[in-house]
Amino acid sequence: MSEKTAIEFKNVSRIFSVAHKDISGEVRAVDDVSLKIEDGEFFSLLGPSGSGKTTSLRMIAGFDRPTSGQILLYGQDVSNLPPYERDVNTVFQDYALFPHMTVGDNIAYGLMIKKVAKDERNQRVDETLDLVRLTGFADRKPSQLSGGQRQRVALARALINHPKVLLLDEPLGALDLKLRQQMQVELKAIQQRVGITFIFVTHDQEEALTMSDRIAVFNAGKIEQVGSPAEIYEHPQTQFVAGFVGVSNLISGDVAKRITGSEEKFTIRPEKIHLTGADEKAAGDMYFANGKVRDVIYLGLYTRYLVELEGGGDLVVVEQNLKSTSMDVMKAKGQQTRLSWKKEHINRLGG
Amino acid sequence: MLNRISTYLYLRPKLVLALLLLPPLIWFLVVYIGSLITLLINSFFSLDSFTGQIVREFTLKTYAKLFDKANLEIFGRTTLMAAVVTIACALLAFPLSYYMARFASPRVKTFLYLAVTLPLWSSYVVRVYSWKLILAQEGIVSWFANLTQLDGILAWYLKLPVVGGSSLAISYTGVFLVFVYIWLPYMIIPIQTALERVPKSLIEASGDLGAKPPQTFWNVILPLAFPGVIAGSIFTFSLTLGDFIVPQLFGKSAYTIGRAVLTFQGTSNNIPLAAAFTMGPILIMMVYLLIARRLGAFDAL
Repeated sequence: MSEKTAIEFKNVSRIFSVAHKDISGEVRAVDDVSLKIEDGEFFSLLGPSGSGKTTSLRMIAGFDRPTSGQILLYGQDVSNLPPYERDVNTVFQDYALFPHMTVGDNIAYGLMIKKVAKDERNQRVDETLDLVRLTGFADRKPSQLSGGQRQRVALARALINHPKVLLLDEPLGALDLKLRQQMQVELKAIQQRVGITFIFVTHDQEEALTMSDRIAVFNAGKIEQVGSPAEIYEHPQTQFVAGFVGVSNLISGDVAKRITGSEEKFTIRPEKIHLTGADEKAAGDMYFANGKVRDVIYLGLYTRYLVELEGGGDLVVVEQNLKSTSMDVMKAKGQQTRLSWKKEHINRLGG
Repeated sequence: MLNRISTYLYLRPKLVLALLLLPPLIWFLVVYIGSLITLLINSFFSLDSFTGQIVREFTLKTYAKLFDKANLEIFGRTTLMAAVVTIACALLAFPLSYYMARFASPRVKTFLYLAVTLPLWSSYVVRVYSWKLILAQEGIVSWFANLTQLDGILAWYLKLPVVGGSSLAISYTGVFLVFVYIWLPYMIIPIQTALERVPKSLIEASGDLGAKPPQTFWNVILPLAFPGVIAGSIFTFSLTLGDFIVPQLFGKSAYTIGRAVLTFQGTSNNIPLAAAFTMGPILIMMVYLLIARRLGAFDAL
């Protein structure tokens, strides 16, 4: 990865004024966000709907403009440039393929606008179709394709222009689970092959973790945390990130004090907790908590336990069913248990 | 009882479909197709010029008459007027439809919808006559021209060949203006509907791929709205082809198809010739639709 910055947000805000029957005011869709995305990165903007991730993407594309602040594309201020003067391309959530054109004409659209000669155009269309594994589809109409194929055409139509940055707005949202997982792997492979900076908007944390070099977690118009998937998962810096990316148990107050001796809030991932067989000899490295198993949910690959802690509060514990059958795990229901986890696995949130 | 009928029908969806389709099908077959076939049959009869009686024998004589110079001129004149009216309607309707579909707030859109369709609530004849008052020699246009010292221009315009006349109320210009006025709503509504169906993301995608707004218009918006333009033009074109009131009130003595049909079947009782004449617009519309299909008007449907 080179040192160049592909996209930089400098204190970017986008404020929508709302005028409705009974409410009027403003919505800070993006609220004073600063962010750097490096050249060649696969960067995800992750967050729930309405968190500002799509608005941020639209401002990079040029469909929307910041109310204040600056957006730099490789050092150039593009905040007020129209989309057609920015060297970025977008893969739309609904694909936005032109229904009156063939697949080939759709993909060649950007080159046609740039007046690239027909021969070169056709050659590049064929190459790009190969890249997205749609060889021979040039003469079909978008209406004759499946969702997954349309998705690839949308990707090809953007990639053929060799943009400096490729923007993807929840492009896998409409696909079924199997196809989505397949496309995740494929997208990542294509990104590595072409070496273009990808900025990927998603609300699906698993998708973000699978593909990204780095992730920015959005909440209520602000960025909560930026980091690699491992950093985000293992060291969430805020309660929101801990809860949004994966499942976390949040422990605070008196219960925290009973366990760690301090009232400081912390989170612990369900899979890090041992349900039984606490190793009392290693007590120095471990935290312990007593509780009663209230519910057992068998999920095939693993089992999820809901444990009611002594002193109040519930904990979710996940254990893989390596040696146990569904009959075995069900026996735990209603039993008293002693939970344990390594001290290093907790994530302190401070204050 | 009602329950049992409901259950009986629920289990027989095809019967329900047949019952539902029967009335419109009968109407369609008897009234639409029936009248067309009657027309077609009549057009193969002829009028005995000596007795004035209709000869009910198959002949192509009547059709041959259509190729008289005077009759060909009627077809040419009417088709040209229909084409010019259609183009003018499309040019006027597109910007307004575009504004309605893409920029107008819901409230403004409702208002414009109402404004466009409001004239259709009142009688066609009354509205056409009101244009007499506007265009007549002592009408509003002349009055306004006098007021603004533009009467010289009006007088000069009326002296022009073809488009001029003794007053705007008796000229091809008058016919044209009134036609454009009365058929414009039929062009606006389909274009507006077509434009409304163009997803915003397609327009964004075009800009994203480097197209400036005029390029987006030509490459994306216009091709996708084209079926709407064609749908509207079918109305304006065919309505102009067949209309006999406007040319009668505003035209000079020269006939149009509608006036000719009216005269043949009414005044001269020459129903075969009137029928053959009516086949003209049907043929012209067929050719028109074929050309439209060639131009790709129905590709996006």
